[in-house]
Amino acid sequence: MILPALIIFLLAGGILAWSAEKINASYPKWIALAVLAIYLVVMGSLWSAENTTALTGGSWKVHFMKPWIPQFGVSFHLALDGLSLLMLLLTFFLGMAAVLISWKEIQNRVGFFYFNMLWVLAGISGVFLAMDLFLFYFFWEMMLIPMYFLIGIWGHENRRYAAYKFFIFTQASGLLMLLAVLGMYFVHGATAGEYTFDYFAWLGTPLSTQTGRWLMLGFLAAFIVKLPVVPFHSWLPDAHAEAPTAGSVILAGLLLKTGAYGLIRFVVPLFPEASHYFAPVLMGLGVLGILYGAILAFAQTDIKRLVAYTSVSHMGFVMLGVFAFNEVAMKGVVMQMITHGISTGALFILAGVLYERIHTRDINHMGGFWPQVPFMGTMGLVFAMASLGLPGLGNFVAEILTLLGAWQANHTLTILATVGLVAATAYSLRIVQKIFLGKPEHHYTLPDLSGREKLILVPLVVAIVWLGLFPQAVMQQVDQPAKAGTAQTQVTTSGLLVNQHVKGGEHDPK
Amino acid sequence: MKELLWLIPAWPLAGALILILGGHRMSRTLATLVGAGSVGLSALITLLIGFAFLSAPEPFDQHLWTWMAIGNFQPSFAFHLDALSMIFLFVITFVGFLIHIYSSEFMAGDEGFARFFAYLNLFVCSMLILVLADNLLLLYLGWEGVGLCSYLLIGFWYQEEKNGYAARKAFIVTRVGDTAMAIGLFILFQTFGTLHIQSLLQQAPQAWSVGDQTALLVGFLLLGGAVGKSAQLPLQTWLPDAMAGPSPVSALIHAATMVTAGVYLIARTHVIFELAPQAQLAVGIVGAVTLLLAGFSALTQNDLKRVLAYSTISQIGYMFLALGVGAWSAAIFHFMIHAFFKALLFLGAGAIILVLHHEHDMFKMGGLRHKLPVIYGTFLIGAASLAAIPLVTGGFYSKDQILWLAWAGERGNVLLYLAALFGAFITSVYTFRMVFVTFFGAEHSHVSHPVGKAMLTPLVVLAVLSTLAGFLELPHTLGHVTIFSDFLSPVLPAVNVRPDAESMELLFQVIAAVVALSGVGLAYYLYVLKPDLPSKIKEEIPGLHHLWFVGWGFDALYDTLLVRPFVYIAKVNKHDVLDKFYTGLVTVAEFFHRALAYTQSGMMRWYVMGIVIGAILMLTIGLIL
Repeated sequence: MILPALIIFLLAGGILAWSAEKINASYPKWIALAVLAIYLVVMGSLWSAENTTALTGGSWKVHFMKPWIPQFGVSFHLALDGLSLLMLLLTFFLGMAAVLISWKEIQNRVGFFYFNMLWVLAGISGVFLAMDLFLFYFFWEMMLIPMYFLIGIWGHENRRYAAYKFFIFTQASGLLMLLAVLGMYFVHGATAGEYTFDYFAWLGTPLSTQTGRWLMLGFLAAFIVKLPVVPFHSWLPDAHAEAPTAGSVILAGLLLKTGAYGLIRFVVPLFPEASHYFAPVLMGLGVLGILYGAILAFAQTDIKRLVAYTSVSHMGFVMLGVFAFNEVAMKGVVMQMITHGISTGALFILAGVLYERIHTRDINHMGGFWPQVPFMGTMGLVFAMASLGLPGLGNFVAEILTLLGAWQANHTLTILATVGLVAATAYSLRIVQKIFLGKPEHHYTLPDLSGREKLILVPLVVAIVWLGLFPQAVMQQVDQPAKAGTAQTQVTTSGLLVNQHVKGGEHDPK
Repeated sequence: MKELLWLIPAWPLAGALILILGGHRMSRTLATLVGAGSVGLSALITLLIGFAFLSAPEPFDQHLWTWMAIGNFQPSFAFHLDALSMIFLFVITFVGFLIHIYSSEFMAGDEGFARFFAYLNLFVCSMLILVLADNLLLLYLGWEGVGLCSYLLIGFWYQEEKNGYAARKAFIVTRVGDTAMAIGLFILFQTFGTLHIQSLLQQAPQAWSVGDQTALLVGFLLLGGAVGKSAQLPLQTWLPDAMAGPSPVSALIHAATMVTAGVYLIARTHVIFELAPQAQLAVGIVGAVTLLLAGFSALTQNDLKRVLAYSTISQIGYMFLALGVGAWSAAIFHFMIHAFFKALLFLGAGAIILVLHHEHDMFKMGGLRHKLPVIYGTFLIGAASLAAIPLVTGGFYSKDQILWLAWAGERGNVLLYLAALFGAFITSVYTFRMVFVTFFGAEHSHVSHPVGKAMLTPLVVLAVLSTLAGFLELPHTLGHVTIFSDFLSPVLPAVNVRPDAESMELLFQVIAAVVALSGVGLAYYLYVLKPDLPSKIKEEIPGLHHLWFVGWGFDALYDTLLVRPFVYIAKVNKHDVLDKFYTGLVTVAEFFHRALAYTQSGMMRWYVMGIVIGAILMLTIGLIL
């Protein structure tokens, strides 16, 4: 019951926050914070839970299923394994950061703001838990609308344009996924004789080569727009730059991860043959993203656009790793999802913190801030270093594992991706230089971080360092061996891929 | 006692953390105590472990925790102590400690005092991890860590735009090398499934025969990493600019320790290079060419620190040359002696620059030997060591060994030898040019204040070390002491001398001695006896002089080939050409929207006409079909 309760209470919390505004304008944020804090603790308590429920394709810590529309084989089917757990912890952790950073920034329609925020987070949680594809699509769309409001109402100058763009890109690609979901529903129904949207039933469905590839492309469309993959990335800089700080944090930290999650959970396991077939192209697109995003990031003068393009670059590693089909790369991808969420979230928070003080996002109007704000400068330095992949911070673990794994699959692409690290150095150092170093030519009075801002950023620093030095604790979550016996022995969540990969047969990349 | 190993990097790390977190609230005395004290404790533990190691010289492994575990791939935070890491530990902690002491006075007036010590401590910690790491991934952590600290310290005076530029340049250029090294690690991991150094060194000879293609590739890629960090051709361009950092930084990072990380890496993985003779030869060639090119550049510099920077590049070239001919222990010996005398020279130069109101141009100095006798004396000792003045300096013994083995070693080569010999001549010319111009002749500037004990003591200690340490290893012809190479022999194999060469050793030493002394003589003639002559020579060959002065134009080359195209592409594409496709879609949609909206004019005549035309068209089509 813990899983549906999770989503229901997030939704209810949203409504409560909205209505509490009428009593006192400061209630909504406290309600949002409390709901998220409770769930962070609840999820944390599942950390050491064992994978007790064995289902096809893996074993699960918690599992919940109730028929929803039995006529069509739709059920309210949720399940939680190590990967979902990590994603949910990230969701609530960054969610709290997003609430705290909005504490003073949002003064207008406060209740509705927190309502939208909690509903977005509910949608995201649903995406990370849904094991019924109808339900998955439902949550996938549910993330979209509150996010649209967050950008469109509380964003910066060009917010309307950005919100529309975000909506259209996501919606259009989501519809392709819907087609693929329906296609799969009928194909599976025709072969298995039982019409259902259940993920576990769909696993291992025999598909003809052509069908498999077309259906895969449908799913892929939604996920690679969300991730995003060049050339479908151009909604991202607008949406990230125009969103309020909390919106950018949620977008970069969480929404992008739903794309990565979709690739890992659905695309590869459901369509192993097609995944292997398209793997070189998809890895190539990943590398293109790494390099192209880095070059674009280097050119930006708007700090939020800059950070947005670094996301494009970093998410390229996800594509590279997922389609390398080996465990090392896969672990790297999981780490990348988490560490990128933290480090980029933190950079957006810093951008927001600066904007609150100087009311500009243009780095040409910044410079020489270090003496006034040494604490903020140190934070900026840490996250810039995370972004360039400095060992000792989590992002390094993610990127080096991805590259080590990708090397086994494709040498040329891995070399190009590694070159991306040099480009990452260039743009990351540019951030530090342009904001904190140099001569203070613009006369702002900048107070250093307040207690609340420290409360947001210090845990993020601790997390990124912890992930850099002790990533094993996190990576263990995705390889707990199955306790209960299943048909496949020693199934692991990331082994999900390895097993499917065996099914991929002659496309073995090694 | 060896169990205390982890404390050696832990103390400076703790120091760095304390200074980062609480440094701004600390008094200078307290900050010095934390900053220098932590490194002092490390030096003390190094000493204790050193004694334990001498009495029981077997390697010692310490496993702290498993960093990541994926199947059998389990890189750990684990240290490996053997003779090679022991020597590096000594140099890093002791020279590091002396430089910390020196800095407490040098940086006394700086508002970033605590920040400086925090970075410096962090550097020492990273460097210690680099040399202690038992696997290449952890080594890479240290490797990048020292890169970060180097960046932070070059740009320490961050208000100057050019310092920031130099700092970023250093980081990015070395990262180019790191990329090559990372790819080398990928190959090693794919081949052996591990990055544990000792396992790699054991497995490599079984998996690869001599001259194996993969071994060759790995060798070249590791060399790529090494040339970046050690400022060798073709990635040497960052080091002269790195002199923008405070002098103690130049002494510690850009002379004594970090820039020799490449030497360490190659020595550490020497088995791979032995399996890849072409890669090893490339190491030697890189060293030989670098030492000459940098030597010529050093001849033309006016900035005291830039002379020393080019000299450092050149001296590391000697170490690479030694590695290239398989004279492993000679390379490490030269590393150690060089660390002493080059740190000494940088600290001396720093002291001079400080008391001359940040004057860097040595032609504006002059006659300082009377005003600054201690600095003059120690600087002279350091310079003598750099120029390899025979018999009495450490530099003579370490460099002579390299010269000798470049010719007489099994993998020796007469061209490499001649390059090294000519390099030795240039070295002694530019070194004594520096000495004569700075300390002799007329005084051009005013000494602002006397230099205190905290700065002078390290100079004296380093002067003693750079002289005495040379006697740890004496050639056959002069006493035959092999303490140093014996100590290293369990880790690094000895080099075999060609049998036909053995008898010639004395002759080669005399040649080396004559070359070094004649270089001093030439410098004396040019800069003391005929001080007008150098500028005349300069006017004779303005093109060549300029080429040497700008470091052979590598900066301009990279600027044109790489930096500007990158910046240009980035600028041109700032608004993302791919987005044009989507905005194009929007424009098309809006066009049709407007076009169709225009037909909805509300005027009956237009509608009627539209209907009529439409009907006629339909009828015509109907008739034709």
